[in-house]
Amino acid sequence: MATYKLNINGQSKEIEVAEDTPMLWVLRDSLQLVGTKYGCGIAQCGACTIHVDGKAVRSCQLRVSQVGEKKITTIEGLSEDGSHPVQQAWIEHDVPQCGYCQAGQIMTASALLSENKNPSDTEIKQAMNGNICRCGTYTRIRAAIKTAAKNA
Amino acid sequence: MGFNFVSCQEESKIPDFIAPNLSEPSQWTTLNGFLSIGDNGVVTIMSPNPEIGQNVKTSMPMIVAEELDADWDQVIVKQAGLDTENFERQIAGGSQSIRHGWNNLRKTGATARNLLLQAAAAELEVPIEELTTSKGVIYHKSSDQSIGYGDVASKAAELSPSEDIKLKDPKDFTIISHSTRNVDGFGIAQGKPLFGLDVNMPGMKIAMIVHPPAFGMKLKSMDDPGIKSMSGITDVIKINVEPEGWNPQWSDVNAYPELIAIVGNSTWEVMKAKKALEVDWETDTALENSADHETTMTRLLAEQAGELARKDGDPDKAFADAVTIVEKTYTAPFLAHNTLEPMNFYANVTADKAELLGPIQTPMFLEGTLEGVLGIPKENISIMMTRMGGGFGRRLYGHFATEAALISQAVQKPVKLVYTREDDMTQGTYRPAYKVTYKAGLDQDGQLMAFAIKGSGIPGSPVFENRFPAGAVDHYEVQNIQIDTNISTGAWRAPRSNFIATAEQSFLDEVAEAAGKDPIDFRLSLFDKAIKAPVGKDNDYDAERYAGVLKLVKEKANWGTETSGVHRGVSAYYCHNSYVAQVLDVEIEDDIPKVKRVYCAVDCGIVVNPIAAKNQIEGGIIDGIGHAMYSAMTFKDGAPQQSNFDNYRLIRQEEAPESIEVFFVDNGLDPTGLGEPSLPPIGAALANALYKAVGKRFYQQPFGNENDLLG
Repeated sequence: MATYKLNINGQSKEIEVAEDTPMLWVLRDSLQLVGTKYGCGIAQCGACTIHVDGKAVRSCQLRVSQVGEKKITTIEGLSEDGSHPVQQAWIEHDVPQCGYCQAGQIMTASALLSENKNPSDTEIKQAMNGNICRCGTYTRIRAAIKTAAKNA
Repeated sequence: MGFNFVSCQEESKIPDFIAPNLSEPSQWTTLNGFLSIGDNGVVTIMSPNPEIGQNVKTSMPMIVAEELDADWDQVIVKQAGLDTENFERQIAGGSQSIRHGWNNLRKTGATARNLLLQAAAAELEVPIEELTTSKGVIYHKSSDQSIGYGDVASKAAELSPSEDIKLKDPKDFTIISHSTRNVDGFGIAQGKPLFGLDVNMPGMKIAMIVHPPAFGMKLKSMDDPGIKSMSGITDVIKINVEPEGWNPQWSDVNAYPELIAIVGNSTWEVMKAKKALEVDWETDTALENSADHETTMTRLLAEQAGELARKDGDPDKAFADAVTIVEKTYTAPFLAHNTLEPMNFYANVTADKAELLGPIQTPMFLEGTLEGVLGIPKENISIMMTRMGGGFGRRLYGHFATEAALISQAVQKPVKLVYTREDDMTQGTYRPAYKVTYKAGLDQDGQLMAFAIKGSGIPGSPVFENRFPAGAVDHYEVQNIQIDTNISTGAWRAPRSNFIATAEQSFLDEVAEAAGKDPIDFRLSLFDKAIKAPVGKDNDYDAERYAGVLKLVKEKANWGTETSGVHRGVSAYYCHNSYVAQVLDVEIEDDIPKVKRVYCAVDCGIVVNPIAAKNQIEGGIIDGIGHAMYSAMTFKDGAPQQSNFDNYRLIRQEEAPESIEVFFVDNGLDPTGLGEPSLPPIGAALANALYKAVGKRFYQQPFGNENDLLG
C-alpha cells in the first residue's frame, strides 16, 4: 500500500492503494467515481476511457503509480451539469440504448473534438473504433459527434 | 436541467435521473401501484419491467401517461423493484414488455384519470361527462373552470373507478407515437451510478467467483488456497447454488453449480487473489470439442432421419418430379452474449432476510430460486432492479444473483459479486451451435413445388416449422435432430430466429436465382399463394403484412435500379409478432467489401416511441451484421477458446453501416415486439449482398474478416 495525491476533476484527492492498482479501480472503488466503467480490463472496449492531461486514455491500463501530477478528468468532471456540447449532443440524439459504454464513448469523443474541431467521417470512425457499443448505437454516436462539433 | 430528488415510493437505492426540473410536492397521493400524484401536479410513474437497453423504462410509462392525459414534462419515472402484487410479468424477454403490457398499462392510466375526473366533478359540482382533460389539467369549458390533477388527487384516491372506462382513440394520442427521449439519457451522459456494477452500500465487500476451466470439469480440491493472507482478502469459500433436493427452474441454467468465492475489500485486491488462487479441477463428464460438434451435426443430418415436425402434401414425390433441385447447408457457431456490463449483483442476506439489488431480466423467477436455495420465505426477499448494461438474454439466467446471495449468507456480510470479463465470457448461457439443410424443388417454370428443412443444433433445432415458407408450398416437410451437450446454452437475442432467418433467407435468394426470378418478386409470389390458397392450418404469420414490408422496402430502397459499384441483398423475416424487410448495400472500398447502407421496413403495429423504436431497429441491424460477420465461441476439450474482446471479435465503429433508414408501417394495430425482430434477417441481406459483390455464397457463420471474403 502507498499513498497517492491525485488531481482528479480539478480537485486534489489522497488515496491509499497498492501501487499496481489501475486508475479504473482507484476511481470506482476508492473515489466512488463510477461513471468510468469496467468492460474488459485489457484496453479492448474503451468503457473505462478518461482524460489524462486532456488525452483519451484507457484507465484499466494506467497504474496509479504512473499518474503523478497529471490532470485526470472523468465523465463526472467533463462538466458540472451535463452541459458539455458532447453530453448535450448525446441527449439530443438519444444515443444510448443500455447506456453502459456511453461514458467511455463521450470521453473519447470529447478528446477527439478538443484536438480536431471539425473531424471528417473517417476521422470520427478511426477515433471511435476502440470503443465497443454492444447495443450498436454507432450511427447515432457519429451523428452526435457531428452535432457536438457544430455546437462547440 | 436537474435531476430527480423527490421520492414518494420506498426509497429506491439507485437514483432515477430525469431531465425536467421539478419541484417537490408537499404531499403525494398514491392512486395505484404505478401512479402517485403530488399536490403540485408532479406525477410519478413506476416502470415495472427490467430495463436492458430496450427503452421500456421510457416507453411503458409513456403508455400510462397517455391514458392518464398527463403532462410528460411533469412526470418522474422510477424503476420498480419486484412487486408481484402490483405488476404483471416483470420480465425482459421475448420482446414482450410492450405487447403484453399494452392494454393493462393503458387501463391503469385511464382508470386513474377516471378517479381524478370523478373527484373534479364533485369539486366543481358539474356532471363528469362535461369534463375534459389535457396535460394534467381538468377543464369544464362551459363554466370556464379548470382544476389540476394535483388539486383533486387526494380525494380521487378515496373513490372507486367507474365500470366502463374508455380508452383513447389512437388518433388522439399526444404522448404515444411521439418521440420521447430516454428518461435516463441525462444521467447516462453524466456518468451517474445507474448500473448494478455501480452499487455501493455501507459495509459492502467485493466478491468474485472462480469456476472450472472447462465444461465437463468440476472442483476437485482446494486444500490450501494460499491467498487468505493476501492484502484485502477476507474470505475464501466454496458455494453450491444447487443444494441437494432442490429442483432448478428453467432460469437456473448453470454449468458450474459448485464454485469458489473470494471476498475482499476492493475489486483489484480480489482480482489479484483470484489470479493467485491454486485449485485442483477434475473431469466429471465429457470434454467437448467444436470440431466434433461440426462432424456430429454433418453426419446426423446426412445419415439420420429426424423427428418429423410438419409435412404437407407428398414431398418425396414432388422432389422426384422437380426439374431443378437446390440443396444447401448452413452453419453457425455458439455465441456469447457479451453484455458490456459483466454479470454482477449485490446481496445482503441475514438470518431471515435477503435484500438483492442488481441487473436481472427475470426477477420473479429469481425470487423463487432464492427462496429454495437460501431457505428464506419469499415475503422476506426483496429484489430491486438497476438499469442493465445490456441483456440480450444473458440476464434471464440469474445464477450470478443466487451466487451473490449464497456468498453473502456464508460470509455474513453484504457483498457485490463481480464477474470479470473472462468469467462472463467463459461461463455463458451461449446461443447454441446450429446446422440446417434446406432443399427446394422447382418445376419447369421456376415455380417452387417442394421445400424441405432438416435442422440440428447443439442443443436443439432452430427450425420453426410453421413459419414461412410453410403455407406457401404444396409439398413441405420439416425434420429436427436433437443433440445434447454439457455446454450451458440459453436464449440469445431472438432465439433460433437469430440463425434460421439468415439461413432461410440466404437459401431463398439462391432458389430465386435458380428459378431465374428477382428475389423480391419470387418471395412476393410465394406470399401471394399463402394469401390466396394457404397450405395447412397452423401457419404462424400474416402473409399480407409480410408482403407489405417487402413491398415497402422495395419502394423505399428503389430496388431494381442498378447503381454501378453498389451490390444489394434483400431479406425479410417475421418473429415476435413483427414483420421486417431489409435491403443492404455493399460497396468495395480499397478492395474490401463494406456495408454502406441499410433500408429497413418494419410492421410492429403502433410505434409507441419512434425515436427509440428506430434505435432498436438500428441496433438490431448492427448487432446482426456484427455477429454474422465476426463472432464465434469455440471449445477445445470443454474449454472456451475465447475469453475477452481480444479474441472474441465484436463489430466496431468502422464496420458499422454509414446509414440505416427505417420505415414503419402505419396501420394502427396494437404494438408488437421491437427489441429483437430487426436482428434475424439482416445476416441474409448481408450474405446476399456479399454474393453480388464477391460472387460467392456464404453458408458458414461467421462469414469471416473482410480479406477472407474475397479469397
